[in-house]
Amino acid sequence: MATPRLSVADIQTKAKQLRRDIIECTTAAGSGHPTSSLSATDIVAALYYGGILQYDAKNPHWPQRDRFILSKGHAAPLLYAVMAEVGYFSRDLLPTLRQIGSVLEGHPNMRRLPGVEASTGSLGQGLSIGVGCSLAAKLDGYPTRTYVVTGDGEMAEGQVWEAMMSAEKYKLDNLVCIVDQNGYQQTGATKDVLDLKPLAPRFEAFGWFAQEIDGHDVGQVLAALDKAAATKGRPSAIVARTVKGYPLQQMLASDPNHHGKPLTKDEATQALALLA
Amino acid sequence: MKMGKSVRETFGIALAQLGDTHKDLVVVDADVHNSTRTELFGKKYPDRFFNVGIAESNMVGVAGGLAASGKQAWLSSFAAFIMCNAYDQLRMSVAFPNLNVKVVGTHAGISIGEDGPSQMGIEDVSLACSLPNFTVVVPSDEPCTMKAVEALGALKTPAYLRAGRPNVPILYENGCDFQLGKAIQIRQGTDVTIIANGLMVAPALEAAEKLAASGVQARVLDMHTVKPIDESAVSAAAKETGRIVVAEEHMLHGGLGSVVAMSVVRQHPVPMRFVGVKDTFAESGKPDELLKKYGLTADAIVAAVKDLPKK
Repeated sequence: MATPRLSVADIQTKAKQLRRDIIECTTAAGSGHPTSSLSATDIVAALYYGGILQYDAKNPHWPQRDRFILSKGHAAPLLYAVMAEVGYFSRDLLPTLRQIGSVLEGHPNMRRLPGVEASTGSLGQGLSIGVGCSLAAKLDGYPTRTYVVTGDGEMAEGQVWEAMMSAEKYKLDNLVCIVDQNGYQQTGATKDVLDLKPLAPRFEAFGWFAQEIDGHDVGQVLAALDKAAATKGRPSAIVARTVKGYPLQQMLASDPNHHGKPLTKDEATQALALLA
Repeated sequence: MKMGKSVRETFGIALAQLGDTHKDLVVVDADVHNSTRTELFGKKYPDRFFNVGIAESNMVGVAGGLAASGKQAWLSSFAAFIMCNAYDQLRMSVAFPNLNVKVVGTHAGISIGEDGPSQMGIEDVSLACSLPNFTVVVPSDEPCTMKAVEALGALKTPAYLRAGRPNVPILYENGCDFQLGKAIQIRQGTDVTIIANGLMVAPALEAAEKLAASGVQARVLDMHTVKPIDESAVSAAAKETGRIVVAEEHMLHGGLGSVVAMSVVRQHPVPMRFVGVKDTFAESGKPDELLKKYGLTADAIVAAVKDLPKK
């Protein structure tokens, strides 16, 4: 089934709703990674609402579906928010995030939640799984495309580069890696911990087609995804410059990383007003 | 006993055969296919064979992705490299999502010989057993390995198969009645039970012959499946023979001996002794010299039986 492309304005409206969901469910859970989720929200909204990902929320195991792999599994609240919004499960489940018995675990678990394509949470593994999905699609002659979202801190994992080399070897033009380059990781700024910028030339050196864009400009995200889809004979990378916690960076200015902690109830109220 | 092929060679032959009937079977390699013998499959089915280079972690993730897309993915490398280099990937990209991936660790144990301890997987069974959802199999000879590969091909969940490098004697000349999770009683006896797997089943039989000469009748069990362990065979051995020796070409910590001991203690505690690699790395040398030096022989099993309290 073909999923339609919403207008940029409509995608932006959807993204705003996803951000509200992310803040509400992490604040209710009292833990989680809201700022890591917020930086990737426009990318994920473009994938699901931009007619890019071909999926059927009512038939999550449809063999020819496209795959979305959230390699930065700690951004699970974003994945759950979009899955609920497009109908994989009821929005009523969102407040159960991280609670015992809930399928909405701290990091995505594909065995418990149909529609999740990979169980992630140990960084560096999603792109390899994506390579496997892309190889299988080629073997089966399916039009399936695989989209993997990684963090920029995650790029320090050697396995990502192993995966890149194998994707080039097998000319996986049905594979796209999108780096959510928000510039921060657990203990500080990525440029201080292990600086891999500029990333796009590194992808190019590994034989990939690489684009660098503003990851909060939905029009740019869609254009880059279209260009990736039109690229033949090699895999595509999109290095998306983002802001951690976007668009709450002013509010969180005293702690721009704000990694791995939810907003307080007061902060959440303020944030939801900003996102109204 | 007549010498047969190595377990790794037999695995390679069996895998290539399995590919004939299992059209969704794919194989991933980290550039050791001539050693692990997956090249037999690769030559026959090049479209379904992926050599991702010397990159075990990626190999496991790629296999996970293939399996998540409906394939049965087999991957193989040396036991030491696949289990120790890519353990997190086996945990997260195979075991946790419970995917149809079969992991084959070749060159396991100290019997690989001259290449030395860096290449010797002596902890692989312990590591594999610590992965939820995994079945763990250590076949002893050619007919047993043929059946094991076939049985794992019918399984939809993750499994680890251990395959040694050297040629091994044929124990089941008239065919092997192999069932996953079910021990094979290869010799009858009521005075003591020797539970072994892999390369150590042949020495266990030799030890039983030596013991018979001194009037001790040893039962011998080929415990090819370590996980799930055959609880009823262990229980029967404890109740009917009263004493148990476990022999394996693996670290004593966490291997077959540990698994059997837990089962024995829970069901019917009896005196036990353990033959295996003590808390050490081995060294380079000829396989037979190493097995002797590190106490993995029929004589070592006989000594372990004699060390047990008399009945």
